[in-house]
Amino acid sequence: MINYINPQYEVERDADRCIKCRVCERQCANLVHLYNEEADKMISYSEKCVCCHRCVSLCPTRALKIVKSNNTFKENANWSDQAMREIYIQAESGGVLLSSMGNPQPFPVYWDKMLINASQVTNPSIDPLREPMETKVYLGKKAEETVRDENGNLVCNTPVQLELSTPIMFSAMSYGSISYNAHASLARAAKELKIYYNTGEGGLHEDFYEFGANTIVQVASGRFGVYKDYLEAGAAIEIKMGQGAKPGIGGHLPGEKIVGDVSKTRMIPKGTDAISPAPHHDIYSIEDLRQLVYSLKEATAYKKPVIVKIAAVHNVAAIASGIARSGADIIAIDGFRGGTGAAPTRIRNEVGIPIELALASVDQRLREEGIRNEVSLVVGGSIRNSGDIVKAIALGADAVYIASGALIAMGCHLCRSCHTGKCNWGIATQIPELVKRLNPDVASRRLVNLISAWTHEIKEMMGGMGINSIEALRGNRLMLRGIGLTDKELKILGIKHAGE
Amino acid sequence: MKRVYADEKWCLGCKLCEYNCAFANTNQPDMAVALKNTEIVPRIKVEETGKINFAVSCRHCKNPICIQSCITGALYKENGVVMMDKNKCVNCLTCVLVCPYGAIVEDSGGSVFKCELCIKNICKEPACVKGCPNKALLFEER
Repeated sequence: MINYINPQYEVERDADRCIKCRVCERQCANLVHLYNEEADKMISYSEKCVCCHRCVSLCPTRALKIVKSNNTFKENANWSDQAMREIYIQAESGGVLLSSMGNPQPFPVYWDKMLINASQVTNPSIDPLREPMETKVYLGKKAEETVRDENGNLVCNTPVQLELSTPIMFSAMSYGSISYNAHASLARAAKELKIYYNTGEGGLHEDFYEFGANTIVQVASGRFGVYKDYLEAGAAIEIKMGQGAKPGIGGHLPGEKIVGDVSKTRMIPKGTDAISPAPHHDIYSIEDLRQLVYSLKEATAYKKPVIVKIAAVHNVAAIASGIARSGADIIAIDGFRGGTGAAPTRIRNEVGIPIELALASVDQRLREEGIRNEVSLVVGGSIRNSGDIVKAIALGADAVYIASGALIAMGCHLCRSCHTGKCNWGIATQIPELVKRLNPDVASRRLVNLISAWTHEIKEMMGGMGINSIEALRGNRLMLRGIGLTDKELKILGIKHAGE
Repeated sequence: MKRVYADEKWCLGCKLCEYNCAFANTNQPDMAVALKNTEIVPRIKVEETGKINFAVSCRHCKNPICIQSCITGALYKENGVVMMDKNKCVNCLTCVLVCPYGAIVEDSGGSVFKCELCIKNICKEPACVKGCPNKALLFEER
């Protein structure tokens, strides 16, 4: 059969610099590089290249680069290279297109259309290197009113809270979708940073119970790995109703990845597909959700906050209002640019809404209904830097979830081939020889560095605004101005235009 | 004393250590120039069996059998590091035979050579450790 699909990338090798050390050959799980003894030459099979840059990063003489192939279809604005390529793939396979990581389509990134304020003359900015600056955040239901006893002393009636040293958490990525070493790195980093990481729907590996105080355990529609000890191990429990990359559909971890400890941790037989249904089969209403929230609270003696995670979709504000009334302590909202280990391409590219708009409308709605104190808001879905975090908090978030950013810190190059299971960086794979490429000593250090750097930057930006505590930034939309946005967009975001 | 330790758990068998070692000992500034079209003879060697790899180099033993067996005194200890004086070596290869780690290598130039922790070359710290992408090699006190 003729192969209609031509390579998207080409490996370019500088013959003058290549010393034929064969590191590229040994490091590529896609078998792109091969040493040909007869010709005494390294040969590259570009059609297998996923552009993960493992060979480029490890080449000791920098002899390699990956370039976009300029071999082109006769494309036009309507029939793009991508559109044609997808048809060729489906015409050959007859299957649903699969993709990994977040929505890559050129939809507006509202973070990039908002600008942050700074103090000049009339109010002093603060130097975070000289003055105290608070980034600590508490997540959970806040008491409705201050109560004092007959002697006038405060009655401490604050429900259970999660304490974060900085408003950043690692969001849900299951053991199975990512490797043991990736989980170990996240767990260690979360502990050192005094924040939290999230198990995703894959259960908690027995080795990581020791990180329980910094773990959020997830309960999703497949209920994989959920049992009493699991619920008790975590600092909080997250009910996953939806995921930004694939709202409205469940998950499917193919049987090939259910090996060894993954099978044991998920509590399903080896080699069986792990299918998470699209809905929770016991949740068809807010009342049903309330039952699960309280079942989980009951099971853990009301000692752990319950998070409900949803994807950002069209009626997100009304849905969030319902969740706030269901007894949940924290709502996590995942925008349409959120990542995934595998999702149908069409769902990932076409479904959901931007997190910025979802966050603004949810925060606004909860305030209008007087129930904002009932829940904390955590947002995720492509938080790329500390600027995005400051903007999210100013729009009303209590904290953010990062996952793609965390993976990139560990070495991920966003080649978006997670679904092949052959991650050359040892992250999205279960193949032992690939998993060992991610040494948690290295990766956890890189994660700690990233979050520490972002925390410094958050302090710098807060200081610039004359704000010395993250609490004073939350929902402070006057600190934001839109640029190049329509009146409608500004209204939804609840911000003024630059110059106003 | 600080030594180079290999951790099999994290060794990928990429052999970058071998190339970094060979490069460091050429004392040249560019690896592509230094190692182009040469067969490298590194002082560290990645041992491989199936899926297990780890790098082996001189252990700088407390009582080095190589020094005891050296007939000319070319091998000697300096601050705990087993060093090699090329001028004294007569290439009898006794040390190559007795080293239980296979850490001494025959040179084509009529002498042997071995890991000297990059003390003598321009790197000044073990190049294998510095270039290991997965911290499978550590230079530390144990």
